[in-house]
Amino acid sequence: MSEWGIGKPVRRREDDRFIRGRGQYTDDINRPNQTHAVFVRSPHAHALIRSIDLEEANAAPGVVAVFTGKDVAEDGLAGLICGWTVHSKDGSEMKAGGHPILAAEKVRYVGDHVALVIAETKAQALAAADLVLVDYEPLPAVSLKNSTEPGSAQVHEEAPGNLCFEWELGDKTATEEAFSKAARTVSIDLANNRLVPNAMEPRAAIGDYDAGRDEYTLWTTSQNPHVARLVLSAFVGVAPEHKLRVIAPDVGGGFGSKIFIYPEETACAWASKKIGRPIKWTADRSEAFLADAHGRDHLSHAELALDEDGKFLGLKVKTKANLGAYLSTFSAAVPTYLYGTLLSGQYDIPAIYVEVDGVYTTTSPVDAYRGAGRPEATYIVERIVETAARENGFDPAEIRRMNFVKTFPHQTPVIMNYDIGDFEASLDKALEVADYAGFPDRKEEAAKRGKLRGIGFSTYIEACGIAPSAAVGSLGAGVGLWESAEVQVAPTGKIEVFTGSHSHGQGHETTFAQLVSERTGLPLEDIEIIHGDTGRVQFGMGTYGSRSGAVGMSAIFKAIDKVEAKARKIAAQLMEAAEDDVVLENGAFTVKGTDKSLSWPEVTLAAYTGHGFDTAEIEPGLKESAFYDPLNFTFPSGCHICEIEIDPETGVTEIVNFTAIDDFGTIINPMIVEGQVHGGLVQGIGQALYEHGIYDEESGQLMTGSFMDYCMPRADNFPGFKLGFTPTVCPSNPMGMKGCGEAGAIGSPPAVINAITDALGIKDIPMPATPARVWAAIQNSATPKAA
Amino acid sequence: MPVVTMTVNGKSVSGEVEGRTLLVNFIRDQLNLTGTHVGCDTSQCGACVVHIDGKAVKSCATLALQADGAEVTTIEGLAAGGDLHPVQRAFKEHHGLQCGFCTPGMIMTAVDMIRRKPELDEKTVREELEGNLCRCTGYHNIVKAILAASEEMRA
Repeated sequence: MSEWGIGKPVRRREDDRFIRGRGQYTDDINRPNQTHAVFVRSPHAHALIRSIDLEEANAAPGVVAVFTGKDVAEDGLAGLICGWTVHSKDGSEMKAGGHPILAAEKVRYVGDHVALVIAETKAQALAAADLVLVDYEPLPAVSLKNSTEPGSAQVHEEAPGNLCFEWELGDKTATEEAFSKAARTVSIDLANNRLVPNAMEPRAAIGDYDAGRDEYTLWTTSQNPHVARLVLSAFVGVAPEHKLRVIAPDVGGGFGSKIFIYPEETACAWASKKIGRPIKWTADRSEAFLADAHGRDHLSHAELALDEDGKFLGLKVKTKANLGAYLSTFSAAVPTYLYGTLLSGQYDIPAIYVEVDGVYTTTSPVDAYRGAGRPEATYIVERIVETAARENGFDPAEIRRMNFVKTFPHQTPVIMNYDIGDFEASLDKALEVADYAGFPDRKEEAAKRGKLRGIGFSTYIEACGIAPSAAVGSLGAGVGLWESAEVQVAPTGKIEVFTGSHSHGQGHETTFAQLVSERTGLPLEDIEIIHGDTGRVQFGMGTYGSRSGAVGMSAIFKAIDKVEAKARKIAAQLMEAAEDDVVLENGAFTVKGTDKSLSWPEVTLAAYTGHGFDTAEIEPGLKESAFYDPLNFTFPSGCHICEIEIDPETGVTEIVNFTAIDDFGTIINPMIVEGQVHGGLVQGIGQALYEHGIYDEESGQLMTGSFMDYCMPRADNFPGFKLGFTPTVCPSNPMGMKGCGEAGAIGSPPAVINAITDALGIKDIPMPATPARVWAAIQNSATPKAA
Repeated sequence: MPVVTMTVNGKSVSGEVEGRTLLVNFIRDQLNLTGTHVGCDTSQCGACVVHIDGKAVKSCATLALQADGAEVTTIEGLAAGGDLHPVQRAFKEHHGLQCGFCTPGMIMTAVDMIRRKPELDEKTVREELEGNLCRCTGYHNIVKAILAASEEMRA
């Protein structure tokens, strides 16, 4: 094994540019003769556009052009699309309203796009945007709560009652039967709070049309540039696919929010041809709050049926999911197939039935955010399991253990087929690392200091790698979800890997090179990982759903297989040996049982000279590509244990211990994987304690529209985390990987809330459990006791 | 328009600016030093931190004119003569960065923190990072990196 191979905590190669300030993010790029764009956004949650007066704006200093929805329509551009179609219980297709690039007749959320102002400088564009006079006729706002009430305003005519779909999954009759036989039942109402992704780099785009070649280049903050190209060409009609190059350079975090194709980059690409100059747009943070797709925002009721001993018999869930004002790129999939399919958790539950009403509201579109559906499912399962333990006097660890799936493969009642796992192993290790046995003493000691101490569990499972193309296609995906890679070996033996995965913090330039090093024996410096450019990478589906390892690297693995097979053939002829006798080890081809050997560069050079082997039989050159379609979802799982202390005087919750023991299958770089867990945990704990995207019920205004109002997790909110791994090797891909990017955000919220409710002796507290809410809960629960 | 003159990363620079031009825009747009980032519009995130006369300052909340005559160091100027600063080295060694966007501000903040507080402990580091947001790392390894660099620089 090379010193850079699989399993080694290799320090990241991409760091060298980032720590010196040499990264190149979209806003760092400037094109000759570039103009600057600012979007005029709706100040209303819901309004008809009576008229737009552009006269003053057009006359303002430095203004190059101002475009509205009318111009977009005149050029024949279609709206944005949702790439996943779900069907309602009655078999009807979801009722998708149009998603315009620039709203022409009606605005549907605060921040909706009304006009594009292009000027010589950003300051001039900002000033001119203020001069665009839009005459609005305000309509009532539509919230998650009131969306389906009779008499609520209609967000889209196509969706009566604001219902986009009424989806179901599972066997209703079997589930009802399970409940009729149950010795015990528990129920709980839960809200999954709305979150704003807030990648630190705001979204940005540069559209640049080359009239000489009739080609567009779009630099954009994307997690999946090829998907952006496909949508902008095939569906929106900005340009034919082969005339549009999309480049996602260094991207400063995504967490899902940069998967989607938004109006801004679409408009910049389109308008660059209209004005014949490059157009740059960079969101400020306030725009990011308003117009990035948000995450979560569910209201749910769940019921669990158990037998006398605590064995689970059935689970029923009814959820109302906020889709926002428009269906974003993957939004229909998130509260359905990425949610309902995970409701079995780590448990053997014979019958499950889930109904999800997807509703339109006058809020920013809601789509995938780190975890996407699985945090919402895990929150339901782990909160109701905890409730079942408490209400029926079971130990929270033991009720879980009793109900764990213990044999694999395991078919759940909600589509998923768990291929492998060892849930007891992660639970046992977590109990040990968290010193569960010592908790009563710590609680007693904390009480002496006047603190309320609580402990909370979460044993989660999630589905990553999405997924076999045929499977997701049958569930409504409009695309295949394979990944592609090309491995190009230069005559000198240096390797360029072109991957369809995109790195925006995940460290692919290091981990992917580790795989190549492991396979070829070459040092990392001889290997380059190229991503994020449709002009260089043949194709790709991009990075989301923790899929870059299990799917993206598997494509590289397959391409290396082909390269190695061809190189061995060439080496065999060069050394006049049988192909089967030639092995690639430590960067050299050796004939087994002899001292005959050729170095990697000797063989790769020969591949290009065409000397010494039969080019009629073996083509010269050494470059291979692969498209890898996964065999199954992968199923990362684990156990999180959170220990908190509450100051009853202030309601402040302090995380005092957090243990996360995860099963991610094979780990390429443990240092990077731990970093992914740390980041996920802070986003999950952020959801539980701090973050909340709040729209005013009446006005539909975003009340938490800046870092002054939306509480981002900060360094002093956390202790250090205790991590550990109990891997089982995934049988569905060549390296046995499962995925680690989202697990922290999936497992942690219920662990935190279970700990708080444990400390307070209450059934539920809504997320985020802010000091005000915790304090109020203490007052409310204290009153009856005192009386 | 007024002309502003300052020393940036050891080089004397000057340029015409509007009265309202922020230091971060002067650095990014006029000097083309794009390592200093803008992550918010309320001076909360700290991606724009630079040093003015050796002190960490948010360049998004400073007018370019306020830095007239000052000695400014940006992330690009931290590696003197090409050798990485111990804080830069520690961020790489301890995986204190992922997407890299907050990193320049984090590093500039950390250098100033270590200068001001030679005896750093974990609690202090976490409190001192109040003005710097990171969405990727969960701060865990940033804290580790700063503590390690602090120890190395003390030795």
